[in-house]
Amino acid sequence: MPAAPVRVGLFVTCLVDLFRPSVGFAAVKLLEAAGCTVEVPALQTCCGQPAYNSGDKASTKAIARQVIDAFDGFDYVVVPSGSCGGMIKEHYVELFADEPAMFQRVQHLAKRTYELVSFLSDVRGVDKVAARYPGVVTYHDSCSGLRELGVKAQPRKLLGGVDGLTLTELPGAEICCGFGGTFCIKYPEISDKMVADKAADIAATGADTLLAGDLGCLLNMAGKLARLGKSVRVRHVAEVLAGMTEETPPIGAPEGTR
Amino acid sequence: MQPTSHSFKANAHQALGNANLQKALGLMRQGFPAKRLATIARLPEFEALREEGKAIKDHVLDNLDFYLETFEKNVLARGGKVHWCRTPQEARDAVLGICRALDAKTVTKGKSMIAEEIALNDYLEANHIEPIETDLGEYIIQIRKEYPSHIIAPAIHLVKEQVAQSFRETHKDLDPKRVLDEAPTLVAEARTILREKFLAADVGITGANFCIAETGSTIIVTNEGNGDLTQTLTKAHIVLASLEKIVPTLEDVSTILRLLARSATGQEFSTYTTVSTGPRRPEDTDGPGELHVVFLDNGRSAMLGTEFQDMLRCIRCGACMNHCPVYATVGGHAYGWVYPGPMGAVLTPTLVGVEEAGHLPNASTFCGRCESVCPMKIPLPRMMRHWREREFEKKLSPATYRAGLAVWAYFAQRPALYRAAAAIATRVLGYVGRKRGRFRSLPLAAGWTQGRDMPAPEGRSFQSLWAERRKQGKAA
Repeated sequence: MPAAPVRVGLFVTCLVDLFRPSVGFAAVKLLEAAGCTVEVPALQTCCGQPAYNSGDKASTKAIARQVIDAFDGFDYVVVPSGSCGGMIKEHYVELFADEPAMFQRVQHLAKRTYELVSFLSDVRGVDKVAARYPGVVTYHDSCSGLRELGVKAQPRKLLGGVDGLTLTELPGAEICCGFGGTFCIKYPEISDKMVADKAADIAATGADTLLAGDLGCLLNMAGKLARLGKSVRVRHVAEVLAGMTEETPPIGAPEGTR
Repeated sequence: MQPTSHSFKANAHQALGNANLQKALGLMRQGFPAKRLATIARLPEFEALREEGKAIKDHVLDNLDFYLETFEKNVLARGGKVHWCRTPQEARDAVLGICRALDAKTVTKGKSMIAEEIALNDYLEANHIEPIETDLGEYIIQIRKEYPSHIIAPAIHLVKEQVAQSFRETHKDLDPKRVLDEAPTLVAEARTILREKFLAADVGITGANFCIAETGSTIIVTNEGNGDLTQTLTKAHIVLASLEKIVPTLEDVSTILRLLARSATGQEFSTYTTVSTGPRRPEDTDGPGELHVVFLDNGRSAMLGTEFQDMLRCIRCGACMNHCPVYATVGGHAYGWVYPGPMGAVLTPTLVGVEEAGHLPNASTFCGRCESVCPMKIPLPRMMRHWREREFEKKLSPATYRAGLAVWAYFAQRPALYRAAAAIATRVLGYVGRKRGRFRSLPLAAGWTQGRDMPAPEGRSFQSLWAERRKQGKAA
């Protein structure tokens, strides 16, 4: 273990908090195994992206201030999502560009914030996780994680070391799944076609498992695969890396399934 | 062309049900990105060129007046004329004036998005002048009475069979039993038809990919050579260009040209790159009798110094729409006006107003693929967000959406209330959904559940479980 113990504040994300706490617990397990102490500030709710992408800067700033305050003092802020991670790391700085007084605090937060898998791999130097997952896995690159935070090689590297796991590349892995947060609410028909195309690409790999690093994408893809009657198991990559797949059914699957 | 951008959703709905379009888009979705990747893989300095190209254009935008005046000076020195037009009407009138002075009956046209922007063809026809499109894609849509669906490949929304049918319906003098199954046959037929038109035309109108200040030259790139024939054989060559097409030197333009074709079609260079400087000189064997550059402002100078200035770096390569997952789903016509895809989403509200075109910057997931392939590094998603900010200020989004957002924002700023509401919602939905693990339908989520199931929440919020475990941990 190369690095010293660090104090991590976990930014849970609203989707993980509401839909799938297991992802949060998987993140905690991985972080603790990597030598971090993990706290979960109670004052967090959302990163503010829905308001930001709807053009409501005032509400976004109010929510962002809350995040900045809540995560003061941690060595790192880790997020099991590329999209929320990108919001804090890349967009908060833009948001407060017109408030010099906030600039230092926002910059400081941005520097300390990481998406989960890239934190484990790039900052904590984790090369291999002690997990087992017998299955053929394909991986979808969530857009913000990929393009804003450079998350691409890291999940593949760590998945490659999971016992029993075979990784098969998803053609068009970098193509958007159509979730887009507010987009799927505003343009559901277009969103549905985009996820239908994604589901076809996934089915064509022959994989029995789909993983990604963002719960929004996962809910979207799982929902479509289920409606199409496909038996692909969908999980957040943290669940597999933390070896916690026995404890919860895959996303969208009935209770009791593994 | 009257915009139908306000009907984007209805346009998109139609597009989703159009089998020919979906087939054509499927081909485009695979083709262009792969070709581009293959070509830039062979050019190690591609990223460095993007930075240089951006720097050149930013410099021009900071000194636009200087370069435009330098360009004009050099055009005049070569015997050409420059017409400065603030509005589409002024530009249309400038073109008409030139045509009338030469008693022009037919006009050949190379592809020009500015001509589309000012609806030039309709205006010429209304004034009894026949415009003939010579770019193959433009010719096809002209005979189909459609407008372009892509800024580089105007007829990309069509499949071969549709083109063949249009040719049969239009080229009535040819043998009705002829076979038109293959693309080369279609191209050959178009060439024969167009050849005569080239030779008969009085005036040739082209766009300009670049206007070079240093020499007063304009450049067009084509794959068919139609631009050359359009501009060389006529009494007058009219170049239609918007203000931001200006580039300082030949050296600068060669930097940007190295980015253009690679980004557009995956070619290293377009088949024809034509530099024209001034009208025919006495010692020239060919060339137009007159050379006119018609510059259009139409809102460009108003973008300078605003949060939309970066959009003026656009070199109209089309890479953004080639890589856009939304464009690949609905095609260019859904956007409802001249400029589709991500660049259209940013530019159209500037030109026709955000009230008309507000859907366009909203119909994006902000996946960022456009920005990642833009040779000029234009921050397209950021500018789409700026439009959304303007719309929010003007309260242009639907009331239900704004209300929903306000409720969300209210709770998100009150963590205790949020946690209480979350505890209830997750318990209810988790309980109801636990057997199947998902919902086939859900109130208020009909848009989603129409085509997808909604996975059920686990039944407790993370925060409540975390608080519980910590309490147990303390008690133990």
